[in-house]
Amino acid sequence: MSAGIRADGVSVQLDGHSVLDGVTLDVRPGEVLVLVGPNGAGKSTLLGVLSGERRPSAGTVTLEGRELGSIRHSELARLRAVLTQENQVSFPFRVIEVVSMGRAPWARTLEGRDDIAAVNEAMDAADVAHLANRRYTSLSGGERARVALARVLAQRTPIVFLDEPTAALDLRHQEDVMRRARVLADSGCSVVVVLHDLSLAGAYADRLALLAGGRLESIGTPAEVLTADRVERVYGLPVELHLVNGRPVVVPRR
Amino acid sequence: MNRASRSVILTAALAVLLVGGVVVSAVVGQLAVSPAEVVGSVLRALGISNGWAPTDPIVESTLWVVRFPRIAMGLAVGAALAVAGAVMQAIFGNPLAEPGVVGVSSGAALGAAVGIVVGVTVLGTGGTALFAFAGGLGATLLVYLVSRANGRTEVVTLLLTGIAVNAFAGAGLAFLIFIADSGSREQIVFWQLGSLNGSLWSEVVVVVVVAVLGTIAAVALGRRYDLLALGERNARHLGVNVEALRVGSIVLVALLTGVAVAFCGIIAFVGLVIPHVVRMIIGPAHRGLIVASAAGGGVLMVYSDLLARSVVPGADLPIGLLTSLIGGPFFFFLLFRQRRRSGGWA
Repeated sequence: MSAGIRADGVSVQLDGHSVLDGVTLDVRPGEVLVLVGPNGAGKSTLLGVLSGERRPSAGTVTLEGRELGSIRHSELARLRAVLTQENQVSFPFRVIEVVSMGRAPWARTLEGRDDIAAVNEAMDAADVAHLANRRYTSLSGGERARVALARVLAQRTPIVFLDEPTAALDLRHQEDVMRRARVLADSGCSVVVVLHDLSLAGAYADRLALLAGGRLESIGTPAEVLTADRVERVYGLPVELHLVNGRPVVVPRR
Repeated sequence: MNRASRSVILTAALAVLLVGGVVVSAVVGQLAVSPAEVVGSVLRALGISNGWAPTDPIVESTLWVVRFPRIAMGLAVGAALAVAGAVMQAIFGNPLAEPGVVGVSSGAALGAAVGIVVGVTVLGTGGTALFAFAGGLGATLLVYLVSRANGRTEVVTLLLTGIAVNAFAGAGLAFLIFIADSGSREQIVFWQLGSLNGSLWSEVVVVVVVAVLGTIAAVALGRRYDLLALGERNARHLGVNVEALRVGSIVLVALLTGVAVAFCGIIAFVGLVIPHVVRMIIGPAHRGLIVASAAGGGVLMVYSDLLARSVVPGADLPIGLLTSLIGGPFFFFLLFRQRRRSGGWA
């Protein structure tokens, strides 16, 4: 099952301040779309709008032609999963319990019988199977981030949003997460990822959307979007661009 | 030991404690009754004639008019308060939220006192209960609206809000005591201290119905409370209608606390101690937590009441005094443990 999302002229105002301004883009099944841009560019806000968490002040967001706001919470949870930046858990649940919560949207549906398989697969994919019986509250930041990822994977939705999934992770687990995003997309999912690391973005994105000051500065393949000129202008920092295996790698000029 | 076997052991332990507590409560008192007479009397009431049943009508009426309603009231009130505490902790995402601590109980007591002074007792016991519910609901809403910011409740804000609500309700109660006639005054003081003394079957029925329905509702919402532990945003992403869940749960807490306070006064800390202990034993998953808390609250209340009426011969201590005597040090224990682990809550 696959599903695409289309945002049309989406704007968001917060406290009379324009955070997102007339953004139009679509998210296609089978691709990894990475959102990049400087702090405060509106990446997380755009992710919130696309995932149906935030209603745009203007413009529309549709999922397979249906207005996102008209879809019930419970149905939406079977269509898209969201990995947020903050993943605190209020009580000392065990890791396996937290990951199993990702199956909640499928309770009392036919897919509910896949619960155990989905949880196990997700824990293996996020490399947290060995933590299954640990208390979530006793884990390190990076381990928590991976458990949260496992919960999102266990939700098995055709659309997956990842907000800075690599922030707390070491080099190997960063690559693991992005590889997993790739696998999801190859299996037909739509994957939207917010990243800060332009080289990581360049390596794994099918398409890259560069945001600046709430506007969509550029969207296209990594090579199209990441030009030295544009990156320097948007980030206000001189950079060098190298191509490794045809993928752009961004290095600040020091 | 895994959680499943811990649950089984906890259930068995609670069942034994419960039956033991009920029997001892029925036996102990100014009038000596033997355990055999208690069992016999209950069997006879169930239509099973037997040789143990008491022949003395005084024993029979002591059991059925004084002790049994009091025991049943203790079980129901304990369950209601413990479940209210567990639900409150779930929606605040905070293990210190408790009807007594954050002021819901005193709000309900203020409501009940207003009811007594303006004379709604003419409506029967239901009138006071209604006022207590309204007071509890008002206090819960106030605490909730004031102490939440950006979908989270800071512990400091929560406790400070509790202080403010308790102070205001305390002042209100003091004022009502000041203007009330001596009969009402006595009733209000009773409300502040909490007691199961003089429980009537008609009152017991109301509390039991609310406690049972409230517990069932809380268990039905248990899975959603689990998801809420991930934070509001994540719960929403998993399909929970967080706003509806919150509003429904606040009404549930006010109802459970209100009905308990209306008939038995302020009995603090049950909702704090019981869910905490249960969580330590069987973990935080809410369905098991709520069921075990209901049973545990009942057990704690039956034993507390037993102590309340037997510790000083011939006198009936307020039960609220006893639960606070247990709850206060427990609160200290929680503070110390948290400080050791992560340097406090602030």
